[in-house]
Amino acid sequence: MGLILDKIGRIDMGQHSRLAMGRVKVTLLALVALLGAMFAPAALAQDEAPVADAAVVETVEAAPAAASGYTPMAPTIDKGMPTDPRDDRPGAMAKSLTFQDQYTENGKYALWMHNVFLMPVITIISLFVLGLLIYAVVRFRRSANPEPSRTTHNTAIEVVWTILPALILVVIAVPSMTLLARQYETPPEDAVTIKAIGYQWYWGYEYPDHGGFEVVSNMKKKADALADGEPYQLAVDNRMVVPAGVPLRIQTTAADVIHAFSVPALWFKQDAVPGRLNEKLLTIEEPGVYYGQCSELCGTLHGYMPIAVEALPMEEFEAWVLEQGGEVPGADVAQADAEEAPVEVALAD
Amino acid sequence: MATTAEGFEAHHDDHAHADHKPGFFARWFMSTNHKDIGSLYLMFAIVAGIVGGAISGIMRAELAEPGIQYLYWWAGASEGDLAAAGHMWNVFITAHGLIMVFFMVMPAMIGGFGNWFVPLMIGAPDMAFPRMNNVSFWLTVAGFLSLLFSMFVPGGGGQGAGVGWTVYAPLSTTGSVGPAVDFAIFSLHLAGAGSILGATNFITTIFNLRAPGMTLHKMPLFVWSVLVTAFLLLLALPVLAAAITMLLTDRNFGTTFFDPAGGGDPVLYQHLFWFFGHPEVYIMILPGFGMISQIVATFSRKPVFGYLGMAYAMVAIGVVGFIVWAHHMYTVGLDVNTKMYFTAATMVIAVPTGVKIFSWIATMWGGSLQFKSPMVWSLGFIFLFTVGGVTGVVLANGGIDDNLHDTYYVVAHFHYVLSMGAVFSMFAGFYYWFPKMSGRMHSEVLSHVHFWLFFIGVNVVFFPQHFLGMQGMPRRYPDYAEAFTFWHEISTLGYWITAASLITFFVNIGYALFAGKQPGNNPWGEGATTLEWTLSSPPPYHQFETLPVIEDHHDYHNHLPAGAQPAE
Repeated sequence: MGLILDKIGRIDMGQHSRLAMGRVKVTLLALVALLGAMFAPAALAQDEAPVADAAVVETVEAAPAAASGYTPMAPTIDKGMPTDPRDDRPGAMAKSLTFQDQYTENGKYALWMHNVFLMPVITIISLFVLGLLIYAVVRFRRSANPEPSRTTHNTAIEVVWTILPALILVVIAVPSMTLLARQYETPPEDAVTIKAIGYQWYWGYEYPDHGGFEVVSNMKKKADALADGEPYQLAVDNRMVVPAGVPLRIQTTAADVIHAFSVPALWFKQDAVPGRLNEKLLTIEEPGVYYGQCSELCGTLHGYMPIAVEALPMEEFEAWVLEQGGEVPGADVAQADAEEAPVEVALAD
Repeated sequence: MATTAEGFEAHHDDHAHADHKPGFFARWFMSTNHKDIGSLYLMFAIVAGIVGGAISGIMRAELAEPGIQYLYWWAGASEGDLAAAGHMWNVFITAHGLIMVFFMVMPAMIGGFGNWFVPLMIGAPDMAFPRMNNVSFWLTVAGFLSLLFSMFVPGGGGQGAGVGWTVYAPLSTTGSVGPAVDFAIFSLHLAGAGSILGATNFITTIFNLRAPGMTLHKMPLFVWSVLVTAFLLLLALPVLAAAITMLLTDRNFGTTFFDPAGGGDPVLYQHLFWFFGHPEVYIMILPGFGMISQIVATFSRKPVFGYLGMAYAMVAIGVVGFIVWAHHMYTVGLDVNTKMYFTAATMVIAVPTGVKIFSWIATMWGGSLQFKSPMVWSLGFIFLFTVGGVTGVVLANGGIDDNLHDTYYVVAHFHYVLSMGAVFSMFAGFYYWFPKMSGRMHSEVLSHVHFWLFFIGVNVVFFPQHFLGMQGMPRRYPDYAEAFTFWHEISTLGYWITAASLITFFVNIGYALFAGKQPGNNPWGEGATTLEWTLSSPPPYHQFETLPVIEDHHDYHNHLPAGAQPAE
């Protein structure tokens, strides 16, 4: 709770200091950040902030001990939510320039691919082109070079600038195809199925493996969100609660128009299309609250149907399921399997 | 002037008075003159650009701070009516996108510069179908009016069509009740029909009306670019027409092409739309490529480097542009193999695009560069288009796009290639040819001020949007979480810089029209060697009564008659 109060206090302080800071500092900061982003983007690797780790421990401990009543987990700064560059914490500006920290294996791989392959390549190419342009502008300006050459062909260099980019693309294609293959792995049979249904303008989360109850998730009002120490426009009244560390089978569909279920910190985005059931594997590595937002234009309140995924340890998830009036398969499933087995044998005969 | 080809003379005897102009109404409302129609297109594009740009001003002002500031007022709704504000927002983003694509960039590039300079550059007296040319223009105007009208009739959540420029079903069918979306769709029909007619006109003109001796491989690259663009229009627009006609029948006549309840599929619409939509983005940039090639060669006083490579790179971009459409749909639930294919195919486009970038730089290499206004805009184009291009390579990766899809990263990417790519090339082309079109020289100082303000402005607007996108800020949101405030504030600041730069642009035009000096036939010196520079400024009402002849000694670069060869 102390953490939450801290955070609210910090937001208020931030607003005061922002007023005092004035536009000059804002502009300067922006310029610094722009330059920083131009010259050292690859360096913005994901750093494990000890603060965040401590907070996770704290929030997990704060969560109710097993079956005795669920209270929503407090979110952790910089985890599963965007970072405000105006925060006074060290590194907040740098964090706001790149992807959110990732909490899935595929997300980490994708982030690695972006930081190690794509970002250096595109930065070098951009600076290379800029350098060539500046050199040409200086070296071949009319006063320095009054007589133009008549060179219009050079087969060797034309071959080089065709083949070399093609080779770079082939190199990029290796992790790119690997990433796609991993993202499309079929969820294992025992994966926990959760069906996210887009409505105008809220989300419904159905738990078909747990008795088929549906959680209706609306955006929290501003006062409630701030009172609960959650970011307004990301916070919801009823979260999509899932077990951490186990494979999830996320299915998306929609009741009216197309929506998109998207959670940046999980590198997960899947359209919710009426008449279709899209399915994708998701394994969240650790407990936490991960915010996202609808990412396909769906009408007037498109901007106001956020997503909040709360990953809990399995026992706490099961306790939550029971509290929602659902069933925990566990023993039932084992029983069902035992009953099914002889039937299969009979059919085989 | 070169000798007249036998047989062409008799035909031109009819036009004894080259400069006989019809009366005002006949000249501007029933025009059959490619230069007048080109001017009409340019003026229309400027008006549409002001409307579309003003709308983006409203959007940037709204996004400067979290919360809803201005949308209640625009929607005429009471404070706190989020639905009305949200609909108003959607109407603005829809109108901004459609206006900028269909009524600003396309009319300026193809209708404006294409009409003006394709006939001049190939030595033709006019377009092949002058009257159809007039129809093309007025259909575009009618389309624009239909779109504006749609903003004042009911469209579901309020007045106007709030469906995005992509008009995805079912939001655009069952999701939007009222005539607004019908009028918006109809506006695309009209503009599309105008563009198809224009495309056939350009293809016919370029294939049939080239001056004697001007082979395809001696054509200026701008003409090549318009030829490729015209083919893209001709092949892509009918698919759009079909898709939006199906939307209309789904909306009004009970068909279910895109309605799963009747066996239809919302994703089918996206396939059809993007089969048009991806070639469309090349339609918007290819003429710009052509203009940049002309300008860089002119101000380097050097023929363009690797002419054939440049021409066929555009052809390659056009062809490959037709087989990459689903990279706009990576998150709809594509099959893994499909996604891999579209990832690979999309990345391939970087190769011919790279050839063009490097060839422009090689054209400058060893040249004698003069930094007149068209050239500085071209330099800006080359760098900023590169930046927009490399973020395209990032987005091409289907697995990476899973996080960036429909975020501000995409907004930043396509504004770098369009708002900086296409628009920089248009300003470059405008300053290059304005003296030729108007017979008045603009102020070089003001156009340089315009360049620097615009360059800084658009970068401040769009570079921070990469950060917002990577942090997860979705597109098409009127409001956002507190954490996104900082970069949105900066982005809005950039808008005001950009807007200020446009004031210098309009002051410059005003100055030129009232006090500009007569530029003579060729204000740009010996580097300007295409046929339009052999004519007066402005050119006579009917040019090339005596057809120019391209002789054996002419190459793709220099079409000037023998007496006017630049010194070696």
